[in-house]
Amino acid sequence: MDITGLVPLLIVLGAIGIPFLVYLALGLGEAVLSLCPPGPQRAMRPWLWLLLPLGLVALILIYPVIVTVATSFQDARAESWIGAANYRWAFSGAMLDVIGNNILWLVIFPVVTLVLALIAAVLFDKVSYEPLAMTIVILPTAISFTAGAVIWTQMYSFQPAGSPQLGTFNAVLQVFGLGPVPWLIQPVVNTLALIFVAVWLQIGIAVLILSSAIKNVGTEMIEAARLDGAGEWRIFFSMILPNILPSVLVVLTTMIIAALKVFDIVYVMTNGNFGTDVIANRLYYELFAANNLGHASAIAVILLISALPVALINIIQFRTEVRP
Amino acid sequence: MTSVAIRALRKSYGTIPVIRDVSIDIEDGEFVVLVGPSGCGKSTLLRMIAGLETVSDGEICMGSRVINDVAAKDRDIAMVFQSYALYPHMTVAENMAFSLRLKGIARAERDRRIAKVGELLGLGALLKRYPRQLSGGQRQRVAMGRAIVRDPQVFLFDEPLSNLDAKLRVEMRSEIKALQHRLKITTIYVTHDQIEAMTMADRIVVMRDGRVEQCDTPLDLYDRPANMFVAAFIGSPAMNFLHGMVEKRNSGCSFMSCDGIELPLPPGAGQLEGRPVVYGIRPEHFGLGGAGSLQARIRLVEPTGSETMVFLRLGETEVVGLFRERIAAREGETIPIRPDPSRIHLFDPDSGRRLI
Repeated sequence: MDITGLVPLLIVLGAIGIPFLVYLALGLGEAVLSLCPPGPQRAMRPWLWLLLPLGLVALILIYPVIVTVATSFQDARAESWIGAANYRWAFSGAMLDVIGNNILWLVIFPVVTLVLALIAAVLFDKVSYEPLAMTIVILPTAISFTAGAVIWTQMYSFQPAGSPQLGTFNAVLQVFGLGPVPWLIQPVVNTLALIFVAVWLQIGIAVLILSSAIKNVGTEMIEAARLDGAGEWRIFFSMILPNILPSVLVVLTTMIIAALKVFDIVYVMTNGNFGTDVIANRLYYELFAANNLGHASAIAVILLISALPVALINIIQFRTEVRP
Repeated sequence: MTSVAIRALRKSYGTIPVIRDVSIDIEDGEFVVLVGPSGCGKSTLLRMIAGLETVSDGEICMGSRVINDVAAKDRDIAMVFQSYALYPHMTVAENMAFSLRLKGIARAERDRRIAKVGELLGLGALLKRYPRQLSGGQRQRVAMGRAIVRDPQVFLFDEPLSNLDAKLRVEMRSEIKALQHRLKITTIYVTHDQIEAMTMADRIVVMRDGRVEQCDTPLDLYDRPANMFVAAFIGSPAMNFLHGMVEKRNSGCSFMSCDGIELPLPPGAGQLEGRPVVYGIRPEHFGLGGAGSLQARIRLVEPTGSETMVFLRLGETEVVGLFRERIAAREGETIPIRPDPSRIHLFDPDSGRRLI
């Protein structure tokens, strides 16, 4: 059946019908509540009003998670149960290299981003042309990961020694009489090259967060430390850093989650070839190229479980900030 | 402990001068208060001494050493900030230990000094608390403790009492003064509150628009203000000013105000005969009744118990009188008042400078 012709009708039905249904449900609920004694009535009313949102969350968040977890214990076509075989696959053979790459991303990307962003934020704070410097650093964040990846594919472009180099880096190396580097082909170098692209794309946000945190550190406190005999390094480590730790944590956790689910850069620049594959790209491959629902689901579950502790840290941090 | 000398000091932000040619000599162990209205440059001057602001011209010396180019961290100067500027992530003890740690003082010695200062300021029970767990007064004490524990060459205070309530401010005022007398550390204290300046200082520097108007002991400032600005700034309620001339009378010279009120002059005012002058008299230097009294109409009476402040109209001029006596008269009635001729100040109406 062709439903494309019905779409406008469905939209109209939804726009009128859904509010009507919500109204009806709440009205019915309130009517039932009014029959209850006041005590239970008060206790149950929030749940009545939360019922629909909770149902929505269950439908679009919890249900898919359950299905994914279930599928991860099934075969490629999600037809029969095969136990933990998908997980055994996920932690063996070629997958180990993929996981190794992700660990590389997990360690290098957040740390490099954080350190560079801290340096930038501290230095920017000391110069009069801070807005200009900040703008330059933030510009890449306006570029999509895909577009950024395309740009950097050109920057890293490699031709065998002796032929003209089109890539910026190799062209510069040639000027100095050095041989070209196969940036995206040579293992480990290529993963580092990809990580650098992610740093370039994400550092703006990190600098922005850290910079505003640094501006909130009291100037008089810094001056007091200076009079107490502290030099610039000491002021940074003893005064600024301890007072911006919550923001540092936000940057770190955000970057860790970004590193966990990195996909676009790898997909566009190497498509996981030359030993650069990462979990999220592998998930895409298993799901859409290999049509292996079991493998793809297992990878998704692994990703979810690895991201949970980081999200938990963020939530705990947020709570301590709300209740000082 | 050391003396501090400021010589022909200048400071400008771009083309805007904030300190213009300031010279002050502060002796070893002296308590000097910089006072003046907001924007007079007193805080900037203090920050220049601390090394937090650069010097545009002139010299700052500690002892015999010029410290213009010595970094703030190497000056061995402790400062108490208006906001206290405590380190929020450190306990009271850690706040005090910070500078000692940087100096490389051993832990045992640090602990000993912190305990001693803690006892001196009554902070003993608070050493393990964080600044956010302290009241305003306690924070103020910690800020002082952090300065004292260093045993610095010079103490700087930048309006340290302005965030405290009135009662605590009076308490801390005398406490700081007593502490300074005990420690004998050269102290420079900035305030806009002239009572604070009068009660605490060995010497007061009155500043206006980046210049020193007068630098003297509190009582000299009160008794012999160098100009009308200082005369008006020091003393509360402020000095009364009447414009007029010194004129010859049968018994000698008198002051004749623009609206025809005749007032007595101090001895030696004869040399000013025929000159226009500003006649200054403090509210507390009016007497009630007696020979040569003038009738002044009462506009408002403000009794405080120990004394009575009366707003009066003398001819066309509004004056304020402060009397030890209780005043029974009411608004609209007149009372006889008599200026004490020995406490009269005469100023030049153009330059504002003291004539006699």
